[in-house]
Amino acid sequence: MEIVRSQRKPADAAVAPALSLYRSAPALEVRLEDFELYAIDRLRVLQGISDGLSRGKKPEEMEKLVSELWRAHMRHQDPSEEMNKDIIAHFVLRLVYCRTEDLRKWFLSMETSLFRYRFRLESPESQRLLMSEFQLPYKAINHAEFETVKDKLNQVARSTGPSSNAETLFFKVPFEEVPELVAGRRVFMLKGFAYVAMNQVVSLVATQFRSNLSKALVLTNSRKWTSTIRDKEKNRLTPIVEALSTGYLGPDYSQPKEFSEISLKDIYQLASSSFPLCMRHLFDKLRENHHLKHGGRMQLGLFLKAVGLKLEDALAFWKSEFSQKVGAERFDKEYSYSIRHNYGKEGKRTDYTPYACHKIISSTPSVGDHHGCPYRHFRSCRLVDLFNQKFDVLYFLVYIYYNSAMHTIHCESIRATQKSIVHMLQIFCFSIIVVCNCRSLFNSEENLRAALGKMGVGGRSLDDILDKVRSRHYQVACTLTFEAVHAASCDSGINHPNQYFEASQKILQTTVS
Amino acid sequence: LFVFLFCSSLYPRIMTKEETSAVRDDMQIDGRELEHPQVSTIPRGFSADYLKLYYGKLFPHADIYRWLSYGNDGKHPACDHSYFGRREFSFTLENDIYVRFQSFNNAVDMENSIREKCPYKIDIGPVYSVDPAKRHAYAQSGNNVFAPVERELIFDIDMSDYDDVRYCCSGADVCLNCWPLMTISVKVLDTALRDDFGFNHILWVYSGRRGVHCWVCDGRARRLSNEQRAAIADYFRVYKGGENNAKKVNLTGPVLHPFLARSYTDVLKGFFEGKLLASQNLFASIERFQKILEIIPDESIASELLDKWQGNRRSSISKEDVNVVRWEQLKHVLQSGKQKAQGLRRCVEEIIFTYTYPRLDMEVSKHMNHLLKAPFCVHPKTGRVCVPIDPNNCDNFDPTTVPTLSQLLEELNMSSMRTESEDEWERTSLGKSIKFFRSSFLSPLLKSCKVIVYNSKVKQSKNALNW
Repeated sequence: MEIVRSQRKPADAAVAPALSLYRSAPALEVRLEDFELYAIDRLRVLQGISDGLSRGKKPEEMEKLVSELWRAHMRHQDPSEEMNKDIIAHFVLRLVYCRTEDLRKWFLSMETSLFRYRFRLESPESQRLLMSEFQLPYKAINHAEFETVKDKLNQVARSTGPSSNAETLFFKVPFEEVPELVAGRRVFMLKGFAYVAMNQVVSLVATQFRSNLSKALVLTNSRKWTSTIRDKEKNRLTPIVEALSTGYLGPDYSQPKEFSEISLKDIYQLASSSFPLCMRHLFDKLRENHHLKHGGRMQLGLFLKAVGLKLEDALAFWKSEFSQKVGAERFDKEYSYSIRHNYGKEGKRTDYTPYACHKIISSTPSVGDHHGCPYRHFRSCRLVDLFNQKFDVLYFLVYIYYNSAMHTIHCESIRATQKSIVHMLQIFCFSIIVVCNCRSLFNSEENLRAALGKMGVGGRSLDDILDKVRSRHYQVACTLTFEAVHAASCDSGINHPNQYFEASQKILQTTVS
Repeated sequence: LFVFLFCSSLYPRIMTKEETSAVRDDMQIDGRELEHPQVSTIPRGFSADYLKLYYGKLFPHADIYRWLSYGNDGKHPACDHSYFGRREFSFTLENDIYVRFQSFNNAVDMENSIREKCPYKIDIGPVYSVDPAKRHAYAQSGNNVFAPVERELIFDIDMSDYDDVRYCCSGADVCLNCWPLMTISVKVLDTALRDDFGFNHILWVYSGRRGVHCWVCDGRARRLSNEQRAAIADYFRVYKGGENNAKKVNLTGPVLHPFLARSYTDVLKGFFEGKLLASQNLFASIERFQKILEIIPDESIASELLDKWQGNRRSSISKEDVNVVRWEQLKHVLQSGKQKAQGLRRCVEEIIFTYTYPRLDMEVSKHMNHLLKAPFCVHPKTGRVCVPIDPNNCDNFDPTTVPTLSQLLEELNMSSMRTESEDEWERTSLGKSIKFFRSSFLSPLLKSCKVIVYNSKVKQSKNALNW
């Protein structure tokens, strides 16, 4: 159990480990603002790690990234203050991310990665101190011993992998402690001791950290959050915690910047040059069908507002499209009110904020909708959608019939013909479902390919993007699209459609001027 | 497991009156035999009667007891006198009746039970947390209080696992042409257990028919968990069998792990090239060398060699064994500088490993509660005694000359006239084995146990003072 005091004696600082193992909640007082700010800073670090991992960065690159992220967000002049912030932020985020299985999984992965790379960055003495904290009975081997077994250690390293960096730091540990390394013949064995390389130690330490944190998270949820904090802190901490878990930390684009005012005639040009795929798709469909359903109107409308479209221009724009389908009068009667509502000129007068990526990705467009995130939601043609949806119900009914049929068969004698008919029906239904799902899968990629092609993306970039889509890294896919279209890198990653737009404009305007 | 549970529900048979009288009759018969010492009055084979005599006069009960007590049978206050009583034994009786969870409080109890029940096979299990006979009382609590706490690290190597690479025999048979495969296993594993894992008290035993067993009896080995045992078994595992893969040995990486490299250089290569190549005629016929060619991942090389040998172009002047010649040709092709392809680098080693490397029964080693046949049992099918094997002299071990039950009884009868020594087994061929068991295994083991017991007692008393 670590006890963190704000006034530390210098002697303590020399002995205490540099990384916290977060074994127990600190007995500290925290100001409410710090509660949120510390957590946000740590969240930036974790998201940076998440981004780096989904881009497939190598361990050396990740080490560098973690070091930069930590320096940027978590540093403090006073090392004990830094440790306090580290611990407090971790425990706040524990509260935030303990609440569902998905949140726990993400937090566990990111925190373990953070710990792993911070561990690697520590000095050898510091690492040894940490290992003793974990109560791992590892002994570093001295130089003389190293010389005697050097060749064999090298041989083991070469036998396990094509490119293992030559390690010079090894630990001797009873083989009982590292069964998985022994089983894989990944260590040199001598007289009952396994010679474990530094990178293997890191893995073992990280695994231990992960399992400790995993257990703690479940306990936090059951014991702390659901039973006490959530209700007790309804007005104070709970709203902060719930807001933090969306994970979006960027600007909300509620106030469009002055210089980015755009006029109606610019919109069409801007759509093809600077709109992200989701907005471009909505825009194209609006122009094609002269109509958008509610979800699409909200997503695109708020986006345009943040881009700088004034209310009058917006009304004119939507009217010009909608009136081609529903007529000018109906537009004025039914649709203009909600546009003004979006701009905060009606009703509650809430100035709605444009949707960030996480909100768009988690939306649920259905038949006839075009909003959502194309990297996630692109579906096949409407007919197959319809088919799928209706067929689920049909299949369910058939399944019920089949079960009742089987029941009657069991009760009476076996009727071969009835049984076989039911069997065939079931197989038929199953195969239809499978075919439909496969087709929709196939079609969604085709549609995405076509849409990206229209934006001018092809070749290797297109394959990379689709790869990210398949592994469900939608925002990374969008970022790669941005990079392909603009032939420039976007290090921060896309988190908000308006961020895409502004970044795009920035690049285009600098190249023009 | 189901069968075992079912069998154990049958209460162990107590000998009927008829049987006890039969024993007495045997004694009388024995007496009559002494009067007429003929050469072979005892026919070959195995029978309950012979077994009874064996258990009465030859089986080393006391030595087994001392071994399995690991020093706890002494007078020292640190000795745990419940230790031996918590060990499970199982008996296979006549008519395949199998009884588990047998336990004995001391040597006398064990000897009496064995002589009375005359089991065809005795298996040794783990030491449990409580006396196995009382296990039901503890199982109810649901806390899993009845669980194994100590068990030797064991290995079982069976010749029938090598049927795909030996042509001299198959199934249950063993001969001097294929026995070297067992010799290889003993050498490879014994060296690794001592040098790599640091174990010292290792007993190798002939299984009685076609394999060997290994008992690692260090305290450290006895206290290993299932996971650790599995890790050791995996460390030793190279051959991955199965019907679906033609290539069962995959040695990836630019170099071999030191353990594999040492095994290869010190044992496998020599045996393969020096013994097995010729004795198994591995290249003599098309089916045989095609099996080897299947291991080569490069189709063109394999077919090139196939053509060469199929043509049977053996020059008449060549006196050399065809196997040796073809093996050299194969090695030459694979190891020539031209072959840079990834898969070919280790091909020669992979072939040798496939044909020689030890094939363990993984399940035997992985679980603490796995039972294994006791040393000095008699194998019912062959009549041979499960004698210890000296790992330092295993090249000279000959399974065909291992003493049989009938042979031993014959020897007993022959020599009973001559000497009046304390132990009957000294008059027979079994004497050598028991002496070896004592001197090279039991004595060193018990000596180290004494030290450990003493040290733990010292530690205990130190701790007692500290608080």
